[in-house]
Amino acid sequence: MTTASGPALELRRVSKVYGSGPAEVRALREVDLAVRHGELVAIMGPSGSGKSTLLMIAGSLEEATEGEVLVEGVPLSGMSSDDRARMRRRSVGYVFQDFNLLPGLTAAENVTLPLELDGVGVRTAAAAGVATLEKLGLADRAARYPDELSGGERQRLAIARAIVGDRRLLLADEPTGALDSVNGETVMRLIRAACREGTAGVVVTHNARLASWADRVVFLRDGRVIDRTAAPAGPESLLTPGPMT
Amino acid sequence: MSVRHALLALLSEGPRYGLQLQQEFTARTGEVWPLNVGQVYTTLQRLERDGLIESDDAGGEGQQKTFRITPAGGREFAQWLRTPPGTMPPPRDELVMKVLVARRVPGVDVHELIQAHRRHLVETMQRYTRLKEDTPEDDVALGLVVDAELFRFEATTRWLDAAEARLARFPAPHPNGASEASVPPVLTPEVRP
Ligand SMILES: Nc1ncnc2c1ncn2[C@@H]1O[C@H](COP(=O)(O)OP(=O)(O)OP(=O)(O)O)[C@@H](O)[C@H]1O
Ligand SMILES: [Mg+2]
Repeated sequence: MTTASGPALELRRVSKVYGSGPAEVRALREVDLAVRHGELVAIMGPSGSGKSTLLMIAGSLEEATEGEVLVEGVPLSGMSSDDRARMRRRSVGYVFQDFNLLPGLTAAENVTLPLELDGVGVRTAAAAGVATLEKLGLADRAARYPDELSGGERQRLAIARAIVGDRRLLLADEPTGALDSVNGETVMRLIRAACREGTAGVVVTHNARLASWADRVVFLRDGRVIDRTAAPAGPESLLTPGPMT
Repeated sequence: MSVRHALLALLSEGPRYGLQLQQEFTARTGEVWPLNVGQVYTTLQRLERDGLIESDDAGGEGQQKTFRITPAGGREFAQWLRTPPGTMPPPRDELVMKVLVARRVPGVDVHELIQAHRRHLVETMQRYTRLKEDTPEDDVALGLVVDAELFRFEATTRWLDAAEARLARFPAPHPNGASEASVPPVLTPEVRP
């Protein structure tokens, strides 16, 4: 493939229909989106506008009804299901809206599992796990099981699991929903730092303060992209009032 | 915050020159709240007249006067710190007015208007967040000021979300036809006691 310099993730005219007949739901309508390596994009929109659906399709956990999804320039439709599974495991970090932690594993094991599945040695994985838990302020919770953690701690654990190792694509659905504003900011700084190192990030949030960590914000309504923020301006422009002050 | 109290605050740390006061205030608020020299000198004159500060008029050169806070100024400042800020909403909040008006004007899509304001707010917030990101975390003053602005903008975006949901449930009344009062009560459960 010669598309290595292209976007890390690309959705081309992606539509998604759930159900059929009277139960039919058009969750996405002809959505175009491209995210480059090193870039963080936030998706905002009201409940039911298709944000989670978009993220699931981007991570190949759901299939598009129409249109095409390309990861590192490779169309998912052309991959075997084995290749897709490997790509999901290796290159994609997910933070699900409901965390999806494995209840039978400790916090540390939840974080290292993706690395071990990927063939990383137990010791290396453990070291990476400890370092990541530390970044999220969870080092002293490593031996606990998810049901022994507070809601906010579970959420941070889900984030630790998603950013451990070297992920090419980070997909996070309301990653700060259960967090207070201080921890919410810590998480956004970490996601931002991961993107600085080359990860392509997509974060779904209904909170404008968290979305403002992104390079670009895409607004969804009724499954459609209705608006996008302009190219980011530097902070120096703060002192020159815009047209709507 | 009034310029008056901003200056008393700086002077309660120790004597300062006028120009120094202007530079320090601007620097400490991360240049988010600029203050011009003219404002500083007029305010200093008034504070001195009211006996809250005093100056050593030594050289007579206005620019190089040193100002210090008086005991009366210290009391005024301590009391101001504990006085709750005004909680009355600003009269006729501009954004609220725009949405109220847009809702009734034919040919204006109020949802599109709300989205335009939402986008503008988010773009502004991106610039503040970038400023915060580019500042060392130990610059506490800047962090405090930027967060205050970010939380304020966030509140406005949340109002827009709520306004949009409300307007979707109760579309605009016909300009010169049915009024809101004619909406059957069954459709307005939230206004029932
Ligand atoms: N598995 C499914 N089967 C049928 N409909 C679904 C399914 N998943 C989602 N939907 C519908 O698709 C639409 C988009 O759902 P989605 O979960 O993407 O919304 P969302 O923007 O993430 O909302 P929220 O902010 O509430 O999480 C909704 O109308 C939802 O009911
Ligand atoms: Mg969702």
